Amino acid sequence: MEAIKIVTLGLREEVFAVDANVVREILDLVPVTAVPNADPFVSGLINVRGRVVPLADLHVRFGMETPPPSIDTRIVVVDVELDGEPTTVGILADKVYEVTEVTTRSVQDTPKLGMRWRPEFIQGIGKRGDDFMAIIDLSGLLNYSGPLDEPGSAADGRSAR
Amino acid sequence: MNGGLPDPVQTFRAEAADLFEQLESTLLDIEGNPGDRDLIDTAFRALHTIKGSGAMFGFEAAAAFTHHVENAFDMVRKGSLAVSPQLVEIALRAKDHIRDLIDAPETADGMTGDIILKDLALLVGGTPAGGHSQPIPTPKPEIKRTTFRLHIVFAQNAMMTGSNPLRLLDELRELGECSMVPVADAIPPLEEIDPFGCYMAWDCVLTTEKPRSAIDDVFIFVLDDMELTVEEVEVTPKLLGEILVERGAVSQEVLQTALEGQEKLGNILVKEGVLSNDKLRAALAEQGHLKTEQDRAAKEGTAIRVQAEKLDELMDQVGELVIAQARLRQLADKSNDITLKSIVEEIERLSGHLRDVSMGIRMVPIGTLFSKFRRLVRDLSNELGKQVQLSWSGEETEIDKTVIERLHDPLVHLIRNSVDHGVERGDEREAAGKPREGRVHLSAVHSGAQVLISIKDDGKGLDRARIRAKAEETGLVTPDQELSDNELFNLIFHPGFSTAQKITNVSGRGVGMDVVKRMIDGLRGTIDIASTPGEGAVFTLRLPLTLAIIDGLLVRVAGERYVIPLSAVEECIELSSEDDARSTGRDFLNIRGDLVPFIRLRNLFDLSGPAALYPKVVVVSAGEFRFGVVVDQLLGGHQTVIKSLSKLHADIPTFSGATILGDGGVALILDVPRLLDFSQSREEQLKAS
Repeated sequence: MEAIKIVTLGLREEVFAVDANVVREILDLVPVTAVPNADPFVSGLINVRGRVVPLADLHVRFGMETPPPSIDTRIVVVDVELDGEPTTVGILADKVYEVTEVTTRSVQDTPKLGMRWRPEFIQGIGKRGDDFMAIIDLSGLLNYSGPLDEPGSAADGRSAR
Repeated sequence: MNGGLPDPVQTFRAEAADLFEQLESTLLDIEGNPGDRDLIDTAFRALHTIKGSGAMFGFEAAAAFTHHVENAFDMVRKGSLAVSPQLVEIALRAKDHIRDLIDAPETADGMTGDIILKDLALLVGGTPAGGHSQPIPTPKPEIKRTTFRLHIVFAQNAMMTGSNPLRLLDELRELGECSMVPVADAIPPLEEIDPFGCYMAWDCVLTTEKPRSAIDDVFIFVLDDMELTVEEVEVTPKLLGEILVERGAVSQEVLQTALEGQEKLGNILVKEGVLSNDKLRAALAEQGHLKTEQDRAAKEGTAIRVQAEKLDELMDQVGELVIAQARLRQLADKSNDITLKSIVEEIERLSGHLRDVSMGIRMVPIGTLFSKFRRLVRDLSNELGKQVQLSWSGEETEIDKTVIERLHDPLVHLIRNSVDHGVERGDEREAAGKPREGRVHLSAVHSGAQVLISIKDDGKGLDRARIRAKAEETGLVTPDQELSDNELFNLIFHPGFSTAQKITNVSGRGVGMDVVKRMIDGLRGTIDIASTPGEGAVFTLRLPLTLAIIDGLLVRVAGERYVIPLSAVEECIELSSEDDARSTGRDFLNIRGDLVPFIRLRNLFDLSGPAALYPKVVVVSAGEFRFGVVVDQLLGGHQTVIKSLSKLHADIPTFSGATILGDGGVALILDVPRLLDFSQSREEQLKAS
C-alpha cells in the first residue's frame, strides 16, 4: 500500500482516477478539429498553448456512449510515453472532481471479481474512505490496439457482475 | 535553452569532425592524384592541427597516434616516402581510428591502433623512396623560380595568442627575394587603439624556388585566423595599367580616365624629384591590391560556427511568431483602425522576411553529404571486387539541415544497392560492351519547393522478370495481375523483398529498401524508379525543402479548414454546376483541353457539414500527375508552421501535419501525393464491394 496523488474524473456515471503526476493542466472544452478517417478513440486535435495535441475519448475505450458536451465537460492534458516517445495528449472527461491523495493497491492484488474494465487499462485500485476507484493506466490505454467492447456493453454491467 | 559558453571539448570535437571530413576527402583525392603536392600538404596540415589541438584538449592518445601518421606525411613532403595505395589505405584507417580516439576515448580499441602503426612502420621503413609494390613515385619538384604576390593580415589578437608576426615575416623573407610593404591603413585613431592589437598588414612580392606550400607552412599555426592571399604573378615587366586590370581593380575604361589623372600627378612628382617611377608604380599597385582585397572581403563576409540546437530554437521561435502574427492579423481585419492595420502589415512583412532568413540559415549545400559517400563507394567496390567511380553534380543545392541529416542513411542504402545490385563485375561489363569501370552518379536539383536527388548507375538495370517472380512467390501479386513499370519497381520497397540470388555482406537480406522507403516517407518525400535493361537504373528522391514552415492555401470543406501546400497548387477554378452534376459518375474536368480527374474531400473525409453553392476546384500536382480537389471555399494564403501529428495518428496517411490558425483553431495539412493514393485505394475498395 502506498499513497499517491490523483485527479478524479467522471466518465458517465463512473468515477476514475489518473495519476496527478502526469497531468499538465485541466482545460474547459475548446474547439476540436476532427481528423477524418481516424480511430474514433482519437478523432480530434486541439490547440494547447500553441501546440497541436490529440484529443482522446476514453468513453470509446471503456465501451461507453459519449454524452454530448455539457457545462462540466473538461479536457485533462497529460504527458505520457507513446512507443517510447513523450507525447502530450488531451483526455475528454465528462466532469473533473478533485485532486486528492489515495492509498493504492496494484491491480494484481485486487480480486478479479470486482473488475469491470480490461486489466490493460487499469493501473491499480485507489481506496478513499469506503470508496474504491479504478486508476487508469494511460500508457496502457493509449498504446492499446486490440479488440474493443461494443458501446453499451459496459452499461449492462459486463463480466463478473 | 542553452546559454553560456559551449564546452570547449565539444567545440574541439566539432572542429575535429570538419578536419576529418577534409582529411578523408583529401586522402581520396591523393589516391586518384598521387603527384599533387598541394594535396599532400593539405593532409599534412590537417593531421598537424589534429595532433596539436588534440594534445591541447587532453586527447594525449590521439595526439601520440596522430604524430606517427603526420611523420609519414612529412616524409612524403620531403620526398623520402612515396605515395602508394597502401599509404592511403593505412591513412584512411588511421583517420577512422583517430576519430574514435577523439569521439569516444574510453571505448577506442588500442589493438586497432597498434595494427595500423605496425603496417605504417612496415611501409615507412620498407620503402625508402621508390621501393617495392610499385609505389607511384612522387615527381621531384623541378627547380623553378616563382613570384608570388602576397597580402598578409594577421588576426587582431595575434600577439595576444602568443605569435610574433615579425618573426613570421622574417621566416617568409628566408624563402627567397622578398620585398615587403607595410600597410598601416587599419591602425585606428590613438584613442581607439588597443596597445596589444596587431593592426598592421603587409603587402609582399616574393620570388622563391620553394613551392607555394612553403608559404603556408610559415603561417601554419595562425593560418586559420589570419587572412593570407597568395597569387602567382608572371615576372614579365608590365605597365601599371596592365597590372591594375589584371588584378581586376579597375575596368579598362575606368583605367583610361584614372590613368590620365594619375599620370599627371605622377609626372609632377617625378619631375620634381620627390618620387621615383618605381615607387609610384609600387604605390599604385598597392592601391589596386588593397581594393581587390576589400571587394573580396566584402563579398565573402565571414562565417561563424553556431550550435545546431540554437538554430532549431530560432526556428521554433519564428514559428511561434508567425502564429502570433496570424492572430494579430485576424484582430486587425475586424478593426477599423487604420494605424493598427498598417502596423500589422509592417509586422507581417517583417515576420515573413525573418522567416525566410531563418530558414535560409538552416540551408546547407548537399555537397557536404555527397562527399561523405566517396569513402563508402571506395570501400564497397574494394570489398565486392568491382571498379566503381562515384561522381556527383548539383552539390551546391541547398536543403534544410534536418533533411540533410536524415537523408544520410537512406542514401547509404541506395548507393549500396546501386553498387551491389546495379553495377556488374568488370568482365560482365566488358562482355556487354561497357567500360570496365562502373559509374554511380549522384545529383541534386531544385524543383519548386522540392528538391530532387537522384542516384543513377550504369549497371544492368532492375530485373523486371525476377522482381515479378519474387513478388508472385511471396504472394504480393497474382500471376495474372497487370502491373505498370512503376508499380512493379515499387514492389522492391516491400519489407522482406530481395531479389539478390546470393546474399552478400553488403545487401540482399531484404532489409534496406523498405527501410529507405520508410525514412523517405518520414521526410514527406517520395521515391521514383526508372530503369532501362542493360543501361542502368535511376532512383529519384523528391523531398520538401524544409520541414518547418511552408506557404499554404487555406480552404474550407463542410465547415472544416484544411491547408494545401502552395507548392503543389497549380491553379484554382470554379466547379461549374454542369460539371458538378454531370460528374457524379465520372469525376473529370476539362481544363483547357486536358482531362483532369478530381476528388471530393467531402466524400473522402465523410464530412457532413453544409455544402457550398459554388464549390471550387484546387488543381494540384503530385509528381507528374495532376488532379483537382473540390473544396467549398478558398480562404487565402497562410504561412503554415508545420506541427507533426502524434503517434496516435500515425496511421492516417492523408495529412502531413497540422497547423495553428490565427483564431487559435487547428487545421490539418493535406499530403497531396498520399491523398491521391488514398483516394485511389478508396475507389478500388468501392469497386470491389
